[in-house]
Amino acid sequence: MSGPALFQVNGVSRRFRLPRTSFRHAPATLTAVDRVTFELHEGESLGVVGESGSGKTTLMRLLLGLERPDEGTVEYRGASLRREVQAVFQDPVSALDPRMRVADIILEPVRVLHLPGDREKTLRELLEAVGLPQGSARRYPHEFSGGQRQRVAIARALAPRPRVLLADEPVSALDVSVRAQILNLLQDLREGYQLTLVLVSHDLSVVRQMCDRVLVMYRGQVVEAAETRALFRAPRHHYTRTLLDSVPTLRKRRAAST
Amino acid sequence: MREPALEVRDLRVRVGTLEAVHGVSFTLERGLRTGLIGESGSGKTLTALAVMGLLPDGLGASGSVLHEGRDLLQMAEIELCRLRGDRLAMVFQEPMTALNPVMRVGDQVAEPLRIHRGAGRGAAGRQAVQLLERVQIPDAAEKTRAYPHQLSGGQRQRAMIAMAMACSPDLLIADEPTTALDVTVQAQILGLINRLVEEEGATLLLITHDLPVVAQVCEQVMVMYGGYIVEEGPAAEVFDGPRHPYTRGLVDAIPPLDQDLPERRLRAIPGNVPALGEFPEGCPFRNRCPRADWRCQVMPALAGEQHKVACWHPVA
Ligand SMILES: Nc1ncnc2c1ncn2[C@@H]1O[C@H](COP(=O)(O)OP(=O)(O)OP(=O)(O)O)[C@@H](O)[C@H]1O
Ligand SMILES: [Mg+2]
Repeated sequence: MSGPALFQVNGVSRRFRLPRTSFRHAPATLTAVDRVTFELHEGESLGVVGESGSGKTTLMRLLLGLERPDEGTVEYRGASLRREVQAVFQDPVSALDPRMRVADIILEPVRVLHLPGDREKTLRELLEAVGLPQGSARRYPHEFSGGQRQRVAIARALAPRPRVLLADEPVSALDVSVRAQILNLLQDLREGYQLTLVLVSHDLSVVRQMCDRVLVMYRGQVVEAAETRALFRAPRHHYTRTLLDSVPTLRKRRAAST
Repeated sequence: MREPALEVRDLRVRVGTLEAVHGVSFTLERGLRTGLIGESGSGKTLTALAVMGLLPDGLGASGSVLHEGRDLLQMAEIELCRLRGDRLAMVFQEPMTALNPVMRVGDQVAEPLRIHRGAGRGAAGRQAVQLLERVQIPDAAEKTRAYPHQLSGGQRQRAMIAMAMACSPDLLIADEPTTALDVTVQAQILGLINRLVEEEGATLLLITHDLPVVAQVCEQVMVMYGGYIVEEGPAAEVFDGPRHPYTRGLVDAIPPLDQDLPERRLRAIPGNVPALGEFPEGCPFRNRCPRADWRCQVMPALAGEQHKVACWHPVA
């Protein structure tokens, strides 16, 4: 299923200085990512779960090179990190420049990276791939619903033909009735474009369905890393078990009907 | 049928020139926990705000909201104030906006007791500690002196619940009370709401877009879409055998936690939720519905015995 390591992450930490609360004490630091080690293999789909503040987004920013590690190393084994690793974030509203037309938004990375090729054709293919009508190209982000905006953001991420797509909570800001569409789209694109996917999500059911392997983060550390099936069948870390037990499902009913 | 705690009749809410809630009627039975499910734009929060008389300026409500024989919509603001925080209480999604940032948590939690029960400063303060203990905030006595920003998100939500429960209300409306929280904290808060409602024999209206949360807490459920209640009934029946194609779609689209889906594909509902004013005429779901035909140009009534559905072509 998965090939050689595309990312090699070795004992990586990222610390932030907290605002000083008193002059008598040295400013405290917060270790957002704490000695994390893992490999991301070509073709796999890796889930990252954990509570708010556990360091998931900081880890994605480390992979993207947007944060420098304070210790350890993040090594990308492909040819060009800037072109081959692209990201989609939670909030499709703030991620898209409201003054730009969809066509320019989608082609921006191609322009910035000076990539060769027929841009009109690229645009047509991308709109098609993410399920947006061709007429969308001339319109502005505000004319679209949340789900469609996330499709625009995904099309932009795909424009430079990445090998790795990092998706940080890509559906949590969307209406529940459109989440499944976007998740299915990511799954289709993964196959169609042979993408390696990292999916950050607080929704364990989503990770269960989408990912081959899962990292569970707690206070900056990876406390459990396992194949998805094994993790859900027999979680080993205490925190993973608490997490799984906390997820409400339609079947786990507490209140009896009257 | 038990005695109603709240009876809503033909409630309409207007936003400027547009109608966002199109005459919904429902009854909350005393002591029952009812979930109101809907996504953004469905009108669920407007319904709750209208019930509480808390609609922001520019929004208007008509219809009737009966509580103990009196119509809350006809009541003077001063009388409503007397009921709110006493007999009727509400918990919001974002406690940071609902709590006063420059007032100590203890004073805020004690405020309903001072206003509605005439409690003195000292007595109210002591009760505030007890209330914070009851919602399991650690070091409750210390925390009464804290300001909201000094509490974690989960603790703020607990403080808000403590405040809502201070006067033992008989109706608690909780609007997305756990949406901003981690699942582990969510589980604790839901457990807490459940326990308090049970202990007080209060009636709960739990508003959320999250079906599993309702399944976990509520006996009854109502599903809203496009300003209408499209389905309602006992939660177990509705989730096991949804009859409205929208509810069916929502239930099917939830990825299961305990089994693998074939081909890793979820069953998605096509299309998007339209903006207010852009829902189709008639059934608001018909432009996304696999079963829609010409009849759906007219909105059907919500009909049935226990389990009701508003659909010309309900799922068998
Ligand atoms: N630029 C920064 N300066 C200071 N602290 C930061 C910065 N970025 C992140 N942090 C802190 O690092 C910790 C980890 O944050 P991060 O955003 O990675 O968490 P997360 O797991 O993505 O959480 P969420 O689920 O809420 O998105 C948090 O305590 C956060 O407040
Ligand atoms: Mg994050």
